[in-house]
Amino acid sequence: MQPAAEFVHWMFATGVLLVGLCLLAQAIVGDDVWRRRAWRAYLWPGLAFAMGVLMWPVMVFFTNSTVHMLAHGSWAQVLMLAGAAELGLVRGKLHSPYWRLTMPLMFFVSGSAFLIHEQNSWFFARAAFLHHLIGWTLVFGSIFPLLVVFRPRSAVWRTGFALVFVVLSVMLYSDRDTAPIFGHLSPEAGAQHR
Amino acid sequence: MSTQLATERAAVRRRSARAHTVYALGPATMLGGVLWAFLQPYRVTLLHPRGQGFWWLAIEPPLLVILAGIVFAFLVAPGVIEDLEAAEAEG
Repeated sequence: MQPAAEFVHWMFATGVLLVGLCLLAQAIVGDDVWRRRAWRAYLWPGLAFAMGVLMWPVMVFFTNSTVHMLAHGSWAQVLMLAGAAELGLVRGKLHSPYWRLTMPLMFFVSGSAFLIHEQNSWFFARAAFLHHLIGWTLVFGSIFPLLVVFRPRSAVWRTGFALVFVVLSVMLYSDRDTAPIFGHLSPEAGAQHR
Repeated sequence: MSTQLATERAAVRRRSARAHTVYALGPATMLGGVLWAFLQPYRVTLLHPRGQGFWWLAIEPPLLVILAGIVFAFLVAPGVIEDLEAAEAEG
């Protein structure tokens, strides 16, 4: 009854897409309008925190190596940290805007974990390609939330920050358990799934 | 037309464009899911459910994209647009 890894990626992709849409809307209308309704202010930080919590069972049930366990565990921690910091700021429990540095930290740590725990080359299989692509996207994409910390009203950086989430969701939706990438599939990857 | 009036009208147009953009996010996402379903119909296992396992029936990526669009379009966007227009009216 346990789902294959690709289903888990697609479920997380949906959460990431919703966070991206919320961030995009917030970038368009501005913080004042977005936070006019209290529940909306908590929406995307709550989603990020919830995805961090849900990453723990992923770590437990989808661990096929120590490095996988460490990667999933680090994602769980930094996702929860970034979500909780944003929740604390919205609630008024935290005051320093530098708590928002947890978001670029989350991007950088997650991206590094993707790159470090992928043992195969780019064209080994689609999953390997996506691990490399997502890893580098998150590492370079961390510049957007970093700039948002110092230029919080910049629509360009905020839109870029939101679009990293949208692009990430597209990549996660593209994941397959064993599938070719641009016609390449290593014989060592196993039999192709549908 | 005075410069002040022209500036105010341009501001109203810009604000309206923001509301339209927020309104379009949900339908654009749904459209993405529909296009994906047409491009890869075999991923919509509801179209051929016989012999499929639970997860293939429960988790269908194009439908998840459409669902995300529906959630945003019906639960989030209307309130955002309403608040945006209220903020614009307050000036």
